Parts: sequence; C-alpha cells; structure tokens
Amino acid sequence: MRIPCPYCGARDAQEFTYLGDANPKRPDRMEATEAAMFDYVYQRDNPAGRFRELWYHGAGCHAWLVVTRDTKTHAIEAAEPAKPSKAGAAA
Amino acid sequence: MRYSVFSLLAQTLAGHKGWKPAWRDAAPKHEYDVLVIGGGGHGLATAYYLASQHGISNVAVIEKGYIGSGNVGRNTTIIRSNYLLPGNTPFYEHSMKLWEGLEQDINYNAMVSQRGVLNLYHSDAQRDAYARRGNAMRLAGVDAELLDREQVRAMVPFFNYETGRFPIQGGLLQRRGGSVRHDAVAWGYARAADQRGVDIVQNCEVTGLSIENGRVTGVETSRGPIKAKKIALAVAGNSSRLAAMAGMRLPIESHVLQAFVSEGVKPLIDTVVTYGAGHFYVSQSDKGGLVFGGDIDGYNSYAQRGNLPVIEDVMESAMALWPGVGRLRVLRHWGGIMDMSMDGSPIIDHTPIDGLYLNAGWCYGGFKATPASGWCFAHLIARDEPHPVATAFRLDRFTTGRVIDEKGVGAQPNLH
Ligand SMILES: Cc1cc2nc3c(=O)[nH]c(=O)nc-3n(C[C@H](O)[C@H](O)[C@H](O)COP(=O)(O)OP(=O)(O)OC[C@H]3O[C@@H](n4cnc5c(N)ncnc54)[C@H](O)[C@@H]3O)c2cc1C
Ligand SMILES: [Zn+2]
Repeated sequence: MRIPCPYCGARDAQEFTYLGDANPKRPDRMEATEAAMFDYVYQRDNPAGRFRELWYHGAGCHAWLVVTRDTKTHAIEAAEPAKPSKAGAAA
Repeated sequence: MRYSVFSLLAQTLAGHKGWKPAWRDAAPKHEYDVLVIGGGGHGLATAYYLASQHGISNVAVIEKGYIGSGNVGRNTTIIRSNYLLPGNTPFYEHSMKLWEGLEQDINYNAMVSQRGVLNLYHSDAQRDAYARRGNAMRLAGVDAELLDREQVRAMVPFFNYETGRFPIQGGLLQRRGGSVRHDAVAWGYARAADQRGVDIVQNCEVTGLSIENGRVTGVETSRGPIKAKKIALAVAGNSSRLAAMAGMRLPIESHVLQAFVSEGVKPLIDTVVTYGAGHFYVSQSDKGGLVFGGDIDGYNSYAQRGNLPVIEDVMESAMALWPGVGRLRVLRHWGGIMDMSMDGSPIIDHTPIDGLYLNAGWCYGGFKATPASGWCFAHLIARDEPHPVATAFRLDRFTTGRVIDEKGVGAQPNLH
C-alpha cells in the first residue's frame, strides 16, 4: 500500500504510523460527560468500505494526514493534511 | 455413524465406499429456539454445547459461506493457557481442559497435540516478566516452567544463539500448550452438533436483524427470513457489521492477520516457539510444513488478504531467530479478518437488546478459546447468566473501567 502524502508524494505505508478512525473528536468542557468520553475513547463505527483514518508520516514530513481508504479493497481515494480543530469549535 | 477402529476396519474391507457425509446440509426452517449466526469454531461449539449441555437442540447455525471458511480455518492452530490476568486465566485454562477431552467428547480426531508452547526471552526485564507470568499461572493451577538458555538450546538447538542484539536467554514453557488441526475443529463440532439435531445451514448470509419493542425476533437472510427467540452473534471479524444491523456500535476494529506455510520438510521442530524480540512464531504441521506468522497489518481492513510490508517483517524475524529457514520456500500465505477489541480481550455477554447475545472481540488469540467460548456462550444463552469463568468478559467493562488489558497498551486495538 502506498499513501499519497500531499507534502512528500506517494510513499510506502511503512513510513507511516496508523492511529485509526479520524472521525471521533475529543469532547471538550461541558460536553465531556462520562458517556461522551466513553464514546470517544472506545466506540467505533468500523465500516466495511469507505473510511477516513489518521496516519502520521514519521519517516517523512512528520505531518498528520486524513486518508480516505476503502477497507475492503485498500484503495486510497485521498490523503489530506489533518487540521487541528480549534478548542471549543464543533467539528 | 460412530467413528472407531471397527468402523475404520469395516470401511477398509468395503473399499471405503460407505462413509456418509459428516453432517446434513440443512435448509433453514421458519423458526428456531436459538439461532447462532456464524459457522466458525465458536458458533459451532456454541450450538454443540447448547444441545449437549443444556438440552436445547432446536438450534440452527447459519453461515454465509461454508463451514470453516472463516478464521477457524485460517489461524496458525496454536493453543495455550499462559495468561496473566485474573479475568483471563480461569477461562483459558477451562478451554485447555476442554481441548484435552475434546476428541472423546465429540468422537472426532482433531489432532490435539500438546507439543508445548515456548515463549523466548531476550533480556533481563523480559525474563522477569515471564517469571511473573509463570508464577501467576502456577498459582492458578496452570503448568509453567521457566527455562534457561541451555535448557532452551537442548529443545531447539538450531536457533541463532550467538546474536549480540537479541540473544536468547531462555524461555517460558507451557508443556500442555500445543496445536490442533483447525479445520477438524469446525468439522468435528459441526458433526457432533448435527447428530444432536442442530441444523447447519451453509451459504446463508444474514442481511438484517428484526427487532420489535427492544426485543430481537428474527433475521433476514439471503435465503429468506428466519424467526428465533434467541439470536447469538459469533461472526469473528464481522461483529461491527452485525451489531450495526441492531443499531449498536462496538469497541472493536477489524484488522487482517496473515499466516504462512513453508514447503514440507522432515521433522525439525517438535514444539511451538514464539520469538519475544520480534513478533514471530513457528511450529511444524503434521504434513511437514512450517506454519508461522507475526504481527497484524495494523490498520482497519475487511480484505481477507495481507500486504507486503508485514510479509517482509515476518521473514526478517524468521531469519533473525532461525537463519536456516532461509533455505525453505514459502508455499502458501493468506489473511483473516479479526475483531481487534479496545483492550485486546473478548466479549461474551448479552446486548442491551433482549434476546440478542454477543460473542466477539477475540483478536488474534481466539482459536485456543474455541471450546470454552462455545461452552460459556451456550451457558449464557441457555440460562441468561454468565458462566463463572467468563464473568469478566462483559460488554460494559469499558464504561465501568474493568478492562482486561493483558498487553497493557490501552485503547489501541492495532497494538494488541
Ligand atoms: C492468520 C491468523 C492466525 C491466527 N492464529 C491463531 C492461533 O495460533 N491461536 C489462536 O488462539 N488464535 C489464532 N487466531 C485467531 C482465531 O482464529 C480467531 O480468533 C477465532 O478463530 C475466531 O472465532 P471463529 O472461529 O468462530 O471465527 P470464524 O471462523 O471467522 O467464524 C465466523 C463466521 O461468521 C461468518 N459470518 C460473518 N458474517 C456473517 C453473516 N452476515 N451471515 C452469516 N455468517 C456470517 C463468517 O463467514 C465466518 O465463517 C488467528 C487468526 C488469524 C486470522
Ligand atoms: Zn509526508
């Protein structure tokens, strides 16, 4: 599998570290109830098909990327920089 | 037909023309008391123990492919009960005891082979961790022996003992561990369940769950709807998909694990060895092939095939431990999809939906669990209370903080 890093070009997946689902957002302040934290830390959709996930380009530009990939075929549709969400902002 | 020396002899004299299929290829009925979804080892064992231990035989196992096409036929066949944590130890030891009596119980040769499982250590810290694990095992009544380097060398002389980087210092040995012919586990349980009236329905995919007023009433399948009072999910790598049909999310990701078999060679290694410096393990099958594997691919996947980087990684570990294997060719390799749970441990519990039961999250150690998993799941389904050795495998342990984090890496399924 080769990941098309927007900064470095297509590189072997071995250069990257995988984190997982890019959708969960850490609940903040008043929203950070126990139930919301449980959801964020443990619960996953785990879809078969199109999936947005986080990869870290440790052997390259050191950027975090959101990669859109099909979990059934491993075909990669897009790789974009993961923008840090502003504190308090709804994602 | 009961298999025995006499049945074999009679068939031999009759030219082996009289063997019957091991189980009926049943068509689904309209309604069952219990419907088990997933014809893998765990599903089949569950159905068998429902019939044999609880007298519930109006049961069907429905499988989207054929029996044994999932992980029960894809794993590297290792069984052991060398666990550390209190939530795990009694369960896996229960499984080991069931393996020890399995062939007599189901009248099927599953080639249960207690050839030993040897975990190598390469540093003082690793030795201390294994000493602690061994002590915990012995306190729980499980066999364990801590070996030094020369004792290991006497068992497996051909490894590379001279490497400066990851010298083999010794190993933790569980002699009662070993391997089992994995397909035979599926076939044996299917046959034994069938003989007690269970319907084994193949090529029947569940496409939806019917839920009315918070209670499950049946399933939609590729072969029409089927009603059931109780429905049990045992679908290994597809648990999230089935749970989604019931509107549930699970603390699980699906990942692929690969396995490899070399060309057949004369008997070389008569035990199972795991290489503690990398993630590599190897044993020899009865046909002579070396069976080995390593890490998961490590990212969500539903493709039942692996990718090249892990293959390279596994081969490197193999060469570091055992330079001689470089002379062998790899004959076959494949992948299987597993539930990687958030703490690396399984779930056997009812769900918040009445009548719907969940058996999931086995990560890559679920084959050894097959008998106890079926035993405990059947107990839960029949009596609506957890079996004493599986009380820790609750679905709500992630909210209550009672996670069973055997590897100590937290909520990172790809690291378990
Ligand atoms: C390469 C590899 C090596 C492994 N090595 C070991 C090992 O050495 N030791 C060990 O203890 N464990 C090992 N494991 C893990 C172990 O194989 C699994 O945890 C265990 O087998 C899972 O349980 P099962 O046998 O019931 O699953 P499966 O055999 O996968 O059964 C689940 C079944 O559900 C069916 N199914 C899914 N969706 C549907 C649907 N919608 N409708 C109907 N049916 C459906 C599937 O087709 C499948 O047959 C390994 C796994 C892999 C992949
Ligand atoms: Zn990059």
